Amino acid sequence: MGNSIEVKDLTLNFGSVSVLKNLNIDVQEGEFVVLLGPSGCGKSTLLNCLAGLLDISDGQIWIKGKNVTWAEPSERGIGMVFQSYALYPQMTVRGNLSFGLKNAKVPQAEIDKRIARAAEILQIQPLLDRKPAALSGGQRQRVAIGRALVRDVDVFLFDEPLSNLDAKLRSELRVEIKRLHNALGNTMVYVTHDQIEALTLADRIAVMKGGVIQQLAAPLEIYNRPSNLFVAGFLGSPSMNFLKGKTVDGGRAFQFGSTKIDLAGYEGGAVLERDQAILGVRPEHITVSTSPVSGPSMPAEVEIDEHLGADSLLWLKAEGTNMSVRVPVEGRLPPGTKVHLGLDIPKASLFDAKTEQRI
Amino acid sequence: MADVAMHPALTGPRGAKPRRLLSPRNIVLYGTLIVVCMYYILPLWVMIMTSLKGMPEVRLGNIFAPPVEITFQPWVKAWSEACTGLNCDGLSRGFWNSVVITVPSVVVSILIASINGYALVNWRFRGSEVFFTILIFGSFIPYQVMLYPIVIGLREIGLYGSLWGLVIVHTIFGMPILTLLFRNYFSSVPEELFKAARVDGAGFWGIYFQIMLPMSLPIFVVALILQVTGIWNDFLFGVVFTKPELYPMTVQLNNIVNSVQGVKEYNVNMAATLLTGLVPLIVYFVSGKLFVRGIAAGAVKG
Repeated sequence: MGNSIEVKDLTLNFGSVSVLKNLNIDVQEGEFVVLLGPSGCGKSTLLNCLAGLLDISDGQIWIKGKNVTWAEPSERGIGMVFQSYALYPQMTVRGNLSFGLKNAKVPQAEIDKRIARAAEILQIQPLLDRKPAALSGGQRQRVAIGRALVRDVDVFLFDEPLSNLDAKLRSELRVEIKRLHNALGNTMVYVTHDQIEALTLADRIAVMKGGVIQQLAAPLEIYNRPSNLFVAGFLGSPSMNFLKGKTVDGGRAFQFGSTKIDLAGYEGGAVLERDQAILGVRPEHITVSTSPVSGPSMPAEVEIDEHLGADSLLWLKAEGTNMSVRVPVEGRLPPGTKVHLGLDIPKASLFDAKTEQRI
Repeated sequence: MADVAMHPALTGPRGAKPRRLLSPRNIVLYGTLIVVCMYYILPLWVMIMTSLKGMPEVRLGNIFAPPVEITFQPWVKAWSEACTGLNCDGLSRGFWNSVVITVPSVVVSILIASINGYALVNWRFRGSEVFFTILIFGSFIPYQVMLYPIVIGLREIGLYGSLWGLVIVHTIFGMPILTLLFRNYFSSVPEELFKAARVDGAGFWGIYFQIMLPMSLPIFVVALILQVTGIWNDFLFGVVFTKPELYPMTVQLNNIVNSVQGVKEYNVNMAATLLTGLVPLIVYFVSGKLFVRGIAAGAVKG
């Protein structure tokens, strides 16, 4: 399978402000790539550049082996779904779906055929003659997806399509988008700031910050082996525990305050001795015990416990640092309890505190 | 009674709080409203009553009294017989002049201004902000300053003294405020709608006519009212840029009312004034609801 989208050295400047910096990304045919990042990181801007809605300052964009850097949005072979649905309010659903096809001078019989197919896939047949104002949020977003669908294109661009929906509808439509992707096999690029959407939908996630892609990898790879501090802190809720210390004993152990943690089994590069290092451990990779545990561990004191229904969160203090640990409901402990934390070192991440990169 | 005493909760206030009709608040509120209404209605009352009286009755001087004998003769005279200068065909000539001036001025200025506003919001070009600033600055320059240069300009292109010259002047002078109005309205239309239309392959005109126009009826009504009333009521440009046979209705009204020869026919003057004000009034009444909606929509964003 070849590349569906290739972005080469893309740079975008607004005046003197550089919004996207020398960005490279290849998306394979049929792949689902999620652009994830906090607001203002340039993810929507990148999507608008792919769609041709923003003129780029430098670099190239190739879609389906064609250089579309200077092409109009409608000539790029893309369909786009927007956060605010962006349905034309004065047209019926049918009018919304057919607007682009009429502009492209598609014959009426073909238009009818494509609308019928899209309406069947998205189950919006009963809505075809209604105006957008008479639809619910979920129905509107289905129609917006349908508008991309009827264009019969290879690449779908989603710009935070679920952000305006309530939590229940959001998870329903999320599954539906995944199902659509499985059924159609189109290339999809999806912008979101919601990490659940990113983790569940993506074949690969591109985590962005400050106009730069921080890491581009499969969801589990990103979750388990974040390439730098930002990615590690951005994914996961509650976020990863960061322990500031240094590596000692030729890189075989981590000195955290007065506690020495054995790094045997750490998966990564040569640790070496560094006088400023950060050990990152996710809340679910820590065990809590009231008696001393074997293996890498440290003492701590429980401050708050929160019950989330399915499991519980313990907020603790260890060596003056706040930490969170995810425990089963029966593992709850009252505040003030002195405990020992067992760390799962093979699943932990170690960062150089100066470069903020993973070791 | 014993039951009630046992349940004190039942004796206290319950249900909707009673409202007194003649509370001090209501008296002040409605009193002010009535006084203000009278203030605006009285002149209109005097005009209508006077215009329906014959001259002998007018001379009695009871300006508030309704006519004893209703006559429509003053209206007929104002419309078709009153003399201004050498022409004695009443206001009808001015009416048709005003129609010929107003219709093209309104249509052309709204068309151009709406396209201006749309382009300034959605198709930003290098220097579009500067262009807009200069355009808005134009609305702060007093008309008097421009009169003589425009007279020369119109003379040079051979349109001085013609209705078309006046149409051009009205179109240009309506541009700043109308462009501002449309720009503000279009900037309240979600940008994503415009993006979606571009992905759907619509161009500059396609998006304007098929997406923007059908969505902006209220603001077009606002522009229509502003322009119809503004141009219809214009006096200065009408008197400066045309000649007596082509005077718009307002100028003719002035000439009828202010003629110094003969008796002052107050009833005819009143009828002529009412006739001249009729067009803007009708426009207001017909489109009042849309006007309010459009003003509210166009005013929000700067």
